[in-house]
Amino acid sequence: MADEKKQVLQETVEHMESMLSNNQKFEAKSSWDCVLLSRQSGRPGAKAFISMICDQFMELHGDRSYGDDPAMIGGIGTVEGRAITFIGNRKGANFRENVSCNYGMSNPEGYRKALRLAKQAEKFGRPVVCFIDTPGAYPGLGSEERGIGQAIAQNLKVFSTLKTPVLCFIIGEGGSGGALGIGIGDKLYMLENAVYSVITPEGFASILLRDPSKAKEAAEAMKMTSHHLKEFGVIHDIIEEKSPEETARLIKETIIRDLDNLCSKPPEHLVRYRLKKIRGIGEVSGGKEWWQPLLEVFAKTQSFR
Amino acid sequence: MSNEVLKRCPQCQKDVQVGEHKICPYCNYHLPLTVAERLALFADEGSFKEMSSGMRSMNPISLAGYEEKLKENQKKSSLSDAVTIGRCTIGGKPVVVGIMSFAFMGGSMGSVVGEKITQAMVEGALTGDPVVLFTASGGARMQEGIFSLMQMAKTASTAALLEETRTPLFLVLTNPTTGGVTASFAMLGDVILAEPGAIIGFAGPRVIEGTIGEKLPEGFQRSEFQLEKGFIDSIVERKKLKETLSFLIETHTRRA
Repeated sequence: MADEKKQVLQETVEHMESMLSNNQKFEAKSSWDCVLLSRQSGRPGAKAFISMICDQFMELHGDRSYGDDPAMIGGIGTVEGRAITFIGNRKGANFRENVSCNYGMSNPEGYRKALRLAKQAEKFGRPVVCFIDTPGAYPGLGSEERGIGQAIAQNLKVFSTLKTPVLCFIIGEGGSGGALGIGIGDKLYMLENAVYSVITPEGFASILLRDPSKAKEAAEAMKMTSHHLKEFGVIHDIIEEKSPEETARLIKETIIRDLDNLCSKPPEHLVRYRLKKIRGIGEVSGGKEWWQPLLEVFAKTQSFR
Repeated sequence: MSNEVLKRCPQCQKDVQVGEHKICPYCNYHLPLTVAERLALFADEGSFKEMSSGMRSMNPISLAGYEEKLKENQKKSSLSDAVTIGRCTIGGKPVVVGIMSFAFMGGSMGSVVGEKITQAMVEGALTGDPVVLFTASGGARMQEGIFSLMQMAKTASTAALLEETRTPLFLVLTNPTTGGVTASFAMLGDVILAEPGAIIGFAGPRVIEGTIGEKLPEGFQRSEFQLEKGFIDSIVERKKLKETLSFLIETHTRRA
């Protein structure tokens, strides 16, 4: 009897241990866990990943029309002999930086700096890598006065037809239009604990559930984790999160692998593929076939026929 | 077109006789127009042929209550979704039009709105006819989650294609035009017009007030403000709409 008890106890302990070790894996995490992890202070941001991935990096500043936005980092880096333009939302690594970077919420000049650097990259046939980590674009007076809506709209238009490879990585919070403003490319990846959504769960809870305290329920309902977005076909793949250095290594491997592939293709082909991919997103009933008309439009253009 | 209906003006709260253009005589508030009323302002009578009228929203993130909400709005507004697209003529010239309706779920852009706006632009690109889009929207349709955000990418990337095919894209922003619609196709017209007094912006006024902790200045985000800041080309009165669009179409139509 004592032996039997001992055996049951042993099995229970083993079961619990296996549960605990499984728990370290991402499958067990709730959407809300991911929301919290994606926002956690101390999580590596765009600047940290850029410095871990690049052999050398030179930051470039300013949008050439109004100012320089510290909430958007941009510049040219070298990765194993390649020159790459890096663009990323910047939240800052400590409280002081958080404040100066406006917690990663860009003003129009941030998006216009990103646009300038993307066009510069296109001119020199340099690929672009974007790191997305923002709660959203900044909803303030100056931001509106200087046309935050127009700035994001322009980025969506230009990035979707940029004639150079663009890789996007959502490394933390992918917050709405502010994330999309540097989030259109040939490939879109998410770190496993990153989130991507049309509005914050808090916003969703207060508007649709009429109760701001229901953010946790909102996060589940919104289907905003990397696994959901992969299932929806919005992202290409999920990058596993390990130590910051290991994660940076995985991102770097992805960048090198993709650029080896994409840089060998004519830029016009990349754009055609990018436009087709974007064109196909959406769920409607009673919609007619869109593929053929799009090809007909391509045939009417100089660049994409 | 409804004539001389007694209504309470939502802006100045006075009971007013709104004439055929549905404008408050006291405060110049432009009341929302139905699709038919909007068409009557500029389209040649009887020329409108609707496109993709059978398209309906689905529930891509399986959100509880969304399907009921759609049905309720369809019943209440007699619209199938928040945009109506089609072809018509203006002074005999063919155009493709898209008219958004704030009455349907706040004019929010989900997959159907994104797809129809895109189809309208593609139709313009294929025929060479100008595309005229009337916006009225609170932004992305949250009930469709990430799929609604992606409609911004879809409409904006199609606007990029219109550059390549040299298809004219004219926007008329009506009250209100905010959020994801502003941050995508609404700001990408070759010419951007707006109705007087319309709220035009990215973040809604309440969100901004929440951020800055104070009331917004008078006239903030209105058409007149956007004209002053350089984000729209012109403010157009309803009675001048047909004349203005005719001029733009005339000056942009390709000649062989």
